[in-house]
Amino acid sequence: MPVYSEKVMDHFQHPRNVGEIENADGVGELGNPTCGDIMKIYIKVKDDKIEDVKFKTFGCGAAIATSSMVTELVKGKTLEEAEKVSNGVVAEALDGLPPVKMHCSNLAADALHLAIEDYKARKAGKGPIGRVETPEHDEDEHDLLEHA
Amino acid sequence: MKIINFDHFAATKMRQEVKDAMEPYFIGEYGNPQSIHTLGDEPREAVDKARLKAAELLNAASTEVIFTGSGSEANNLAIKGTAFARMEKGRHIIVSKIEHFSVLNSVKSLAKLGFEFSEVPVDKYGSVDPQDVKNALRKDTILVSITQASNEIGTIQDIKEISKIVHENSAAYIHTDANTSCGFIETDVKELGVDMLSAAPHRFYGPKGVGLFYLKKGIRIMPLIDGGIQEFGRRAGTENVPAIAGAGAACELAKKELKDRTLHLLPIQKTITDGVLGGLDEVYLNGHPEKRLPNNLNFVVKYIEGESMLMWLNNIGIMVASGSACTSKILKSSHVLNAIGVDPALAQGSLLISLGEDNTLEDAEYFVKELPAVVKKLREMSPLYEEVMKRNKK
Repeated sequence: MPVYSEKVMDHFQHPRNVGEIENADGVGELGNPTCGDIMKIYIKVKDDKIEDVKFKTFGCGAAIATSSMVTELVKGKTLEEAEKVSNGVVAEALDGLPPVKMHCSNLAADALHLAIEDYKARKAGKGPIGRVETPEHDEDEHDLLEHA
Repeated sequence: MKIINFDHFAATKMRQEVKDAMEPYFIGEYGNPQSIHTLGDEPREAVDKARLKAAELLNAASTEVIFTGSGSEANNLAIKGTAFARMEKGRHIIVSKIEHFSVLNSVKSLAKLGFEFSEVPVDKYGSVDPQDVKNALRKDTILVSITQASNEIGTIQDIKEISKIVHENSAAYIHTDANTSCGFIETDVKELGVDMLSAAPHRFYGPKGVGLFYLKKGIRIMPLIDGGIQEFGRRAGTENVPAIAGAGAACELAKKELKDRTLHLLPIQKTITDGVLGGLDEVYLNGHPEKRLPNNLNFVVKYIEGESMLMWLNNIGIMVASGSACTSKILKSSHVLNAIGVDPALAQGSLLISLGEDNTLEDAEYFVKELPAVVKKLREMSPLYEEVMKRNKK
């Protein structure tokens, strides 16, 4: 098992705000199935506040926990406050993540920001944005070992 | 909570007989087998006996068995040892696309020193076509190394036919990595026709820290560890006597129990296969349906990721492995699944099961009963599954 904190395990086993919002005001979908992580965040916005937020995630324990945590951190917050929540803030709120998980499994805040961007684009008549693919890893195991 | 080990490729529990065979050589008979004085006598006899037991399991002569520090070391010795000894004859090596990293990374290291290697493909079941090996042979091919059975998908290769083709058409040596298969299926080196073979006693209830290397009489390799005359000068360093004694005991048990092991494992393997394929939608089996090890299963459960599945199963006492990117240290999904044509996105849902003697039919039934709930939970939160469900509705 990866060395996950108690908070990560808690959010993995009891994820908050799982699901889909019908007629969401903004949707942010981010990731790459080849890397093993896709996060999709739905927001309902009222008076510039995130009235409701839900997520669906395909990914490892860290991906699920960060998705759950980000929804908890921004629910009820203004869009401006939510935009300040970074991937680093999410990882910190979970008492940290194993280093190997910091990259592709820690994109929940990015997915949220994409949902906000999507909300703004839709309002301006330019949305929806759709899924954004993150780049794959291209390290060769052999080279990685050599450089380690 | 009962712990069910479905990850025997990572570790098997050492047998009591193995531990008993090791016990005298830690403190009581601590001598060095190379000593001429009395302290060396018992340890030397223990090493000789272990070598004989290993030779009997492989149907080799005692003088053809070399103890190494691990199965990976045995693979390195076969490949680099051959390369360094035969570089005047040629610099080309053939491997398959689904070899263990100790083979693949050995040839990659050699490539940086000016050697070349070809990777023969496998079909959708993970089988190497011996004709592909024949086609890959060149005048300067010095070695062909193909695993006897895959450590991920369990497919057993036709090593006998591959050896025949290599020997008939070239002067190359043939090595097989039997680190996963030895102790579970026949590894008779004469029947297989190989020049070298690697095996890992810790995979069949022996200790960690020791490997077996069969080197046919007359086959020339250069040692990777130079020093004294231990292991016929092929692998220097003071012998790890307890581990070697344990390896010998594990080999003796394997020879005696080989058929019974299969008889015990097959019904468990079948219960899991039928239960998983029958109890879940959008799931399939990787590897050959028949020509496979009795102790391995590899499934792809679509639309979910392996580590999450592994963690939920761990929660209910079931220990499994996965070939997903997230479970690998380099965040890349399995090269073996890739080679048999599994879409990298689907490889994320890989579930790797390896069975052993402590598993029971009840374990298999419990697993089959519990798995659907785990899969359902993860699929319910999977955006990929959501997409597919919506598409199917339309």
